[in-house]
Amino acid sequence: MQATRDFSHYVRHLGSGLSHIDLAVEGVSCAGCMSKIERGLSALPDVTLARVNLTDRRVALEWKEGSLDPARFIDRLAELGYKAYPFEPVRAEAVETEQASFLLRCLGVAAFAAMNIMMLSIPVWSGNVSDMIPEQRDFFHWLSALIALPAAAYAGQPFFKSAWRALRVRRTNMDVPISIGIVLALAMSVMETIHHAEHAYFDAALMLLAFLLAGRYLDQSMRRKTRAVAGNLAALKAESATKFVGVDEISVVPIAAVKAGDIVLLRPGERCAVDGSVIEGRSKIDQSLITGETLPVKAGPGTAVYAGTLNLSGALRVRVAAASEGTLLAEISRLLDNAVQARSRYVQLADRASRLYAPVVHTAALLTMLGWVAFGATWHDAIVTAISVLIITCPCALGLAIPAVQTVVSGAMFRTGVLLNSGDAIERLAEVERVVFDKTGTLTLPELDVTNAADVPREVFELAGRLALASHHPVAAAVARAAGARTPLAGGEEVAGEGVRGFVDGMEVRLGRPSFCGADQIANEILCRDPEASVVAFRHGETRHVFAVRQRLRPDAAGAVAALVKAGIEVEILSGDREPAVRHAARSLDIHEWRAGVTPADKIARIDEWKRRGVKVLMVGDGMNDAPALAAAHVSMSPVSATHLSQATADLVFLGDRLAPVVAAIGFSRKALRLMRQNLWLAAGYNLLAVPLAIAGLATPLVAAAAMSGSSLLVILNALRAHRGAREFG
Amino acid sequence: MEVLVILVPLALLLGLLGLAGFLWSLKNGQYDDLEGAGWRAIADDEPASGNPPP
Repeated sequence: MQATRDFSHYVRHLGSGLSHIDLAVEGVSCAGCMSKIERGLSALPDVTLARVNLTDRRVALEWKEGSLDPARFIDRLAELGYKAYPFEPVRAEAVETEQASFLLRCLGVAAFAAMNIMMLSIPVWSGNVSDMIPEQRDFFHWLSALIALPAAAYAGQPFFKSAWRALRVRRTNMDVPISIGIVLALAMSVMETIHHAEHAYFDAALMLLAFLLAGRYLDQSMRRKTRAVAGNLAALKAESATKFVGVDEISVVPIAAVKAGDIVLLRPGERCAVDGSVIEGRSKIDQSLITGETLPVKAGPGTAVYAGTLNLSGALRVRVAAASEGTLLAEISRLLDNAVQARSRYVQLADRASRLYAPVVHTAALLTMLGWVAFGATWHDAIVTAISVLIITCPCALGLAIPAVQTVVSGAMFRTGVLLNSGDAIERLAEVERVVFDKTGTLTLPELDVTNAADVPREVFELAGRLALASHHPVAAAVARAAGARTPLAGGEEVAGEGVRGFVDGMEVRLGRPSFCGADQIANEILCRDPEASVVAFRHGETRHVFAVRQRLRPDAAGAVAALVKAGIEVEILSGDREPAVRHAARSLDIHEWRAGVTPADKIARIDEWKRRGVKVLMVGDGMNDAPALAAAHVSMSPVSATHLSQATADLVFLGDRLAPVVAAIGFSRKALRLMRQNLWLAAGYNLLAVPLAIAGLATPLVAAAAMSGSSLLVILNALRAHRGAREFG
Repeated sequence: MEVLVILVPLALLLGLLGLAGFLWSLKNGQYDDLEGAGWRAIADDEPASGNPPP
């Protein structure tokens, strides 16, 4: 049965006879790749557009409908040496792109207006001390108003809307004082202009808007970049299923095109991408990604299988179930819902600052006004001074203080292989006092590895690796990978349920069960020493060798755990696997606190226990059984090999085979939190200097402009220091 | 000071042109791929392709 590939799910019809598809491409990194791909794809007949986006690592393709099969593009890219997968833009990503371009438009308008008003303001400021006649000054002020009012009405929308939303539900946020400040500043400036006064604050109001929008845009683009990368990773995982489209006809389709009730084929060595139950076939399956249990389970008709299950020996036909039918899955999603609801809403640093900020500033303005009236000033002068206090305290630096640090730090984390899923994760990660690891797939590598490679002669190992390429079995795949085998042995054939065999120089070679190779005795010796390992035997003539294959700890796991302990963070293992396996891992990593055979509910209970004691826990896990615990913990992380559910729940995702990104991320976030606090203090310090000036009535528009840009520059420069992590983490 | 009658509208017009140029480039998708755009500028020969996607 040869499967056809069906990508029609991803194709968009643009009308006028054109079709469009987006592909995520692996390994595009330079201009050379870009022109190679574009030239290679444009050379295909009927292709009207082939454009690489180097930032998002994607290709957009358009072609005349009819003759061309989208699978052809993938093949062409493979010929060029790039792995590509069709890509479906997530709705959330499209919404964020839309928002980002709106913010950028607002920023453009505000910056344009601020610059032009500044151009008009400078002659006024210098004219006030030289020879400008009042009529000229009024003319310049009216011109400024002409630019400022429409520009502020357009560019201020993000703040006005958000402030209005907050006020409608009787709450306040940072945008409320910002909106009040801007509206009052503009209104007062118009009134002053009508009365031919000396000072107008049009430039300050627009400059404030421009700086704040810059902060918002930075914040937004940081999240957007992460989402694009996460979207690519999901596409590159190539989640597809082999679906029966006829009685004996199969087709490889993307997961999104599989519905409940469909029947899919699960070959040996394949990872199941759907939830369902077996209707035909017998096999052993590895559910370690679901339950944490590493011992394979028997599967036959009626057995429930879940997305993430690895099929080990025989082909299975699986009927796809609706997500809630499976008992284990239903239990996990119930726990997950509870945990998400119970998750106490973390109040971000910026919000805490703004709660303090608004009442203080508004009281200060009110007191200024009353004070001036009490000392005999006119109401008009008192109100003008009070409003100038509001303008000068407007949180220009405050609005940049946190987004600037977050942008720098998320860029630095991105380079070490950590992606942020949620914006406030940095602040929460910085407070972590205890790290709880899952074992299977988190402390250990997601794939199996040969542990006794040193005991086997090199040439035997290589031969076994080449023979192993003929098999789909995960244990054989581990041997092939460890041997670095590239060329399969000619004539290798699979003996169902036993292993593979082939011929070298007329002599038979076999790889498979110990009994298949007559190596039971050696295998038993190995199993006595290491009962957790899987064994695979190799026989070449009369020489027999046995490979021990097991999950291996991540290469730097011990170092990462030691670094955490050294930084004063406690480490614990909570695993669904059996006790001996967990004890072995804990001992080799020197972790004293561990629990084995833990159910998803137990994991939550353990995390809640720490929560009650006031300990901030970072949960690191990959399995479906970890998802509720990930949601319950103060902050959570998943490796990129994790199940969908865990990755979607986790606050951060780390890439690669090493645990170092976990340690580095904590280091970066601690440094970031320190810098955010410093920035807030810098902003507060600036206010302490500027506010007395404003209260005394000395805050001219010139002083306001200088103070605003000076303080903003200061916090941005300070934020740039975040690209290096905290010192205690190296 | 009559020169202001010409200079001020001229200054505003130039500013508006700048803004219009920015909005046009934004709408045209020129900020979608900042990394690639840098390389395209120095590429020897652009492969034949149409406008960027909307």
